[in-house]
Amino acid sequence: MSGFTLPSITLLSQSILSGIFVGALYGLLGLGLSLSWGLLRLINLAHFAFAFLAAYLCYQMASLGMDPLLSLLVIVPLFFAIGAAVHWVMARFSITPFNSLLLTFGLTGIVEALIQSIWTADFRKLESAYGHMKFSVGPLYVPIPELITLLLAIAISFAVWAVLRHTDLGKALRAAAEDAPIAAAFGVNQKRNALLLAGTCSALASVAGVCLALSFTLAPSQIYAWIGVVFAAVMLGGLGRALAPLLAGVLIGVSEAVTMAVTAPSWAPLVSFTLLIGILLFRPGRVA
Amino acid sequence: MKLSRTPLVILLAALALAFVPNLGLPAFYDSLLYLVLHWVVLATSWNMLSGYTGYFSFGHGAFFGTGLYTSATLMARFDWPFLYTLPVAAALACGLGVALGAVVFRVKGVRGEVFALLTLAVTFVIGTIIVNTPIDGGNGVSLAGVAVPKIGPTPSSTFYLLALITATVTLLIAWGIAGSKLGAGLFAIHDDEDAAEVMGVPTYRYKLIAFGISCALAGVAGGIHALFLNYVTVGEVFTIAVPLTVVLMSVLGGSRHWAGPAVGAVAITLLLYAFTGSNLAVAGKAMVGAILIAAILFMPEGVLPRLQRWLVRRPPALPVAAPVPAAPAVRTAATTDVLLQVRGLHKAFRGVRALAGVDVDVRRGEILGLIGPNGSGKSTFINVVSGHHAGDRGSVVFEGRNLLGRAAHGIARAGIARTYQIPRPFAHCSVLDNVALAAMFGGAVPDPDAARRQAMQWLDFTRLHDKAHVRPDELNLHQRKFLELARALASRPRLVLLDEVLCGLNPGEIDDAVALIRRIRDQGSTIVFVEHVMRAVVALTDRVVVFNHGELLAEGAAADVMQRPEVMSAYLGQPAPLAAALGGAHA
Repeated sequence: MSGFTLPSITLLSQSILSGIFVGALYGLLGLGLSLSWGLLRLINLAHFAFAFLAAYLCYQMASLGMDPLLSLLVIVPLFFAIGAAVHWVMARFSITPFNSLLLTFGLTGIVEALIQSIWTADFRKLESAYGHMKFSVGPLYVPIPELITLLLAIAISFAVWAVLRHTDLGKALRAAAEDAPIAAAFGVNQKRNALLLAGTCSALASVAGVCLALSFTLAPSQIYAWIGVVFAAVMLGGLGRALAPLLAGVLIGVSEAVTMAVTAPSWAPLVSFTLLIGILLFRPGRVA
Repeated sequence: MKLSRTPLVILLAALALAFVPNLGLPAFYDSLLYLVLHWVVLATSWNMLSGYTGYFSFGHGAFFGTGLYTSATLMARFDWPFLYTLPVAAALACGLGVALGAVVFRVKGVRGEVFALLTLAVTFVIGTIIVNTPIDGGNGVSLAGVAVPKIGPTPSSTFYLLALITATVTLLIAWGIAGSKLGAGLFAIHDDEDAAEVMGVPTYRYKLIAFGISCALAGVAGGIHALFLNYVTVGEVFTIAVPLTVVLMSVLGGSRHWAGPAVGAVAITLLLYAFTGSNLAVAGKAMVGAILIAAILFMPEGVLPRLQRWLVRRPPALPVAAPVPAAPAVRTAATTDVLLQVRGLHKAFRGVRALAGVDVDVRRGEILGLIGPNGSGKSTFINVVSGHHAGDRGSVVFEGRNLLGRAAHGIARAGIARTYQIPRPFAHCSVLDNVALAAMFGGAVPDPDAARRQAMQWLDFTRLHDKAHVRPDELNLHQRKFLELARALASRPRLVLLDEVLCGLNPGEIDDAVALIRRIRDQGSTIVFVEHVMRAVVALTDRVVVFNHGELLAEGAAADVMQRPEVMSAYLGQPAPLAAALGGAHA
């Protein structure tokens, strides 16, 4: 611990900027988690495993010379199918929310083992044309991969928000989350909608995974490193909401980055988890 | 109380296992067995709060880690002998758990997933603090120079024997809790915490006790593990891995059974061992994941309960109904002696005034009808008097004591029982245990077996005796309403609050229920009877009070009160001139 040092304005602004970037990834990872928890009542730990699997696939395709953003065309439909399939099994056995947490933890273990056996436990870094691109605004550096993540996160969050808010599908999903039998009585085909939503959630995880591959080094053990902070963002934002995870993610990302700049990086977890404890204690109704 | 064989079996097994180090096996086996027992302690201790009450803690790593770092620090920095550090490790872990519980268990919404995430977050906060302060300093704590006490022939056998002792104690405690009054209360909390509290279970205190014991045992396991590892780091302890492993073990084995977690712990530790060391470690990880998925899908209650159901086809023998201690002299008429005096009772829900200062007297021995249109405050009255909701102002004096502001379990013990309009039985307990629970807590019967014998009496009374061993979900609505009545009666209340017991019953069933309610009064209880079925109200009640908009509107004999214009207009609406002109008085 180096004690408190007051960083310069430039350093602080650069920290805030990188906090926004990493927060966008928290938000993007949290979006699918929040939708599945809030609207399907399933807590999908495998969300993180799917994101990493997508990241590794993207890495693999990039090493064969494919543009990472183009690889989304393959990855997104693939993960949509995987997510829908997993949901089909869970719906078939009518899993409770708590058991869904345990089941998807088991799934995470399997995916982790799969990744480890294909790509080994070593760290891997995607090399792409975007990797070293950056530009500067005044004294601040803006790296392109992180900017792509931020723009994708904003675009996707607003798209999901619009679907939930303004389409019949969105209304049906929200109604079914509120009271499934009543919604069914009004003609909502919840089975089909739930498969659609579960597929979308893992498709979102795969997009987040590609963003992850763009700016972070990958290792199978890293799957677990993201769980705590992303859960904090999801719960801070409230469940089943489209824009809130991004906002909450950015808030946590920035507060972590500032903590790191002011004290030592090892103190950063304290911020997100103290926030999470506070939310859970004072606004538990928001979640349950 | 009959002597059970179970603790004897545990002790004999432990004694036999204590000779393993003398077999001359390679030290490696001692360590493997140590790890098995280590996980038995962690999983079984976790289960005492989380499995029994359903408050799944993901913070077991925090309490385990607290014990581990306490022992490590005392040994490395203060040169304490190893064994002396263990009680301190237990005490600190227990203190941390109780302090956390004292805050968390007060917040009503913190259950289920919220509790799981909150305890997980606490783990990371404590881990971050330890790694950033001199306790760890980021480099870990080395215990290379600390002497291992000579309990077994070799150091590895010493660890094995220590873990064996701890596991034996842990299993005995887990077994003891499961069969005791504490255990019955914890299982009731799992199924319906509010109903348990209203039945007299001191839920807050029970959760704290269970959490305290659970954390203390995890602390001991941590203290032993510190020296076993010889070098401790935050990254290995304050993680999600410890809680997930114990959850996995308990769910696999069966978390509602005292031995379930131990079965799961043995299976998983040996399974993981079978894969590690070889080049199949990765396959092992996948295998554990697959087993977890299969267990959740096909045996959501765990292996042990499933095995029990296969092996024990025959239901256990019914206890013989014990005559309930003599009831007070049988009365069939109301007295003028006031049993419950309610004055100026107020209750608002976020600005909606449900009770706006009602005064009600309930006389000993009477059946008081409480009627009024929907939303008039009848159910709120019952909820406040029984302590289900806290009242805002006023007084509720029962037998000379003001009960307003008391916890619901205190009110139940004072002698007030209630039923719920929609029956709320404890879904995982048999019908018999549902009733025995009320006898134990509301009726203050300390021994579970005695409570079961009394419960049989009440099942006879409500004609449910042939359903004693079925689960409540196999009963029809009529029987479930009678189960509610049996539970209310088993606590030997002086006052019974009945919230629409007749709602949803057909005419024949209503006649049965009316006869039963008469018999309840005849055996010495006073009854407050909230009801919409007017023929029952007229047939049963000595007196009625009418509520409207949270205020007392009228009071008197049923047939008389129903004729009064203000009561008729409360039910049927104002005879407004316009409505009358349109001929629109609707019923």
